[in-house]
Amino acid sequence: MDADDVRRAIWRMAHEIVERNQGLDNVVLIGLQTGGVLIAEAFAEALAEIDGTEVPVGTLDVALHRDDIGIRPVLPEAETHIPVDLDGAIVVLVDDVLFTGRTIRAALDALSSYGRPRAVQLAVMVDRGHRELPIRPDYVGKNLPTRRDEMVNVSPSGVELGELVKEGR
Amino acid sequence: MKHLLSIGDLTPGDLDQLMRLTDRFVEVSQRQIPKVPALRGKNVVWLFYEDSTRTRLSFETAAKRLSADTMTFSVGSSSVKKGESLRDTVLTIEAMGVDGIVVRHASAGVPWQIARWLEDRVSVVNAGDGWHEHPTQALLDCYTIREARGTLEGLRIGIVGDVKHSRVARSDVLAFTALGAEVVLVAPPTLLPPSLAGWPVRVSHDLDAVLPDLDIVYLLRMQRERMTEHLVPSLREYTARYGLTRRRVEAHLGDDALVMHPGPMNRGVEISAEVADLPRSVIVDQVRNGVAVRMAVLYLLLGAGAERVLDPEPDMDNALDLAPGEALTEGATR
Repeated sequence: MDADDVRRAIWRMAHEIVERNQGLDNVVLIGLQTGGVLIAEAFAEALAEIDGTEVPVGTLDVALHRDDIGIRPVLPEAETHIPVDLDGAIVVLVDDVLFTGRTIRAALDALSSYGRPRAVQLAVMVDRGHRELPIRPDYVGKNLPTRRDEMVNVSPSGVELGELVKEGR
Repeated sequence: MKHLLSIGDLTPGDLDQLMRLTDRFVEVSQRQIPKVPALRGKNVVWLFYEDSTRTRLSFETAAKRLSADTMTFSVGSSSVKKGESLRDTVLTIEAMGVDGIVVRHASAGVPWQIARWLEDRVSVVNAGDGWHEHPTQALLDCYTIREARGTLEGLRIGIVGDVKHSRVARSDVLAFTALGAEVVLVAPPTLLPPSLAGWPVRVSHDLDAVLPDLDIVYLLRMQRERMTEHLVPSLREYTARYGLTRRRVEAHLGDDALVMHPGPMNRGVEISAEVADLPRSVIVDQVRNGVAVRMAVLYLLLGAGAERVLDPEPDMDNALDLAPGEALTEGATR
């Protein structure tokens, strides 16, 4: 995917969000740190153009809810900011890449500390498969078949597939 | 990082990282449900050989917000009364399967001794050892200053009062100077340590002369038991020369200067009742931040891959005169 493809995918998914929720009442976008934050902001811009509605955008760092604490170094380095009360809200979680599903599980766990949303939906730019948990996205930019040891990089200039480079220690 | 024994073991980079990590736990504390599962299944024991209310409650709140299990070993109702040695007590607790021990003891160096007995099997946090150190207090003080001022770099901080018997002062001097602040100790000669060699501080005996230059006045508790040791002639005389009264604040202290105190306060002695309640007094913020700072410490020690996260090389340039575990000096302080 190049930059135009990413832009078009955001535009299409934004339409799907409006369609599925019959408008944007109570919709809150929450970008997962760090890759989902830029995409959530791009959604907000697109939604403002499509529907004329300012949708609140939050950020969420799920480090403290991960299930691999103690297995590998996990530090909460990025900001969590939930701008509105989530009781009764329709939360659209936004991430760049959906892989094992463990980040989303942690995010669902974290969200419950902020209230009880009416619904939680998931939007991802790339679904690369290899799920380890029963989690599926509601909005997908692109289904991208990958090997486990490949790496997917999503940026405003497009989506790239690379080899996962193991650190030398 | 396996243990938190002394501020001197932390580099300025480590301190900075701890401050940033604390930001995350401040956010957790503001959630509708202020609890994360990060330390689920970890067991932390409070080993308090000295009275403590706020520090123990603060650690307890921090551990519970991280979903750790906690146990309290209080000396009053334990086999210590039956003559059990510290080493046997510690090894007994270890055998029950704990991940962390938070220890307070009247003797300097006890946390190092415990860490040595347990090697790296259990994390040890120093919650105050004699007159020596109280690292989490220093961390929460740094965080509170950073929250109010953005940075400690270049700030002038006066630590006023009984420096000699204060573990808070020792840890604060290390932490404040490591983060770039200038520290001046203000106290009568009898309440200063016998030697300040190697301390990166200035000393003054005249509070009124120092106050106009300060960004922060940090008051230490004037311990009443010092009266019996004849270190000051009377509490009234102490208050007259070193107490932060409203008159002093209005006459000498800059408009932006903050007032701090580690608690518990003796209102009317080192700080007047009205000064303690001024908006510039951030004493309540210190207590609030204490929980988040201790969450950061417990998470770093007991959470993921802690030893890979902080720089394992202690910055020895930061060490004060008393080396870890060098001397087990007896001294009762609170």
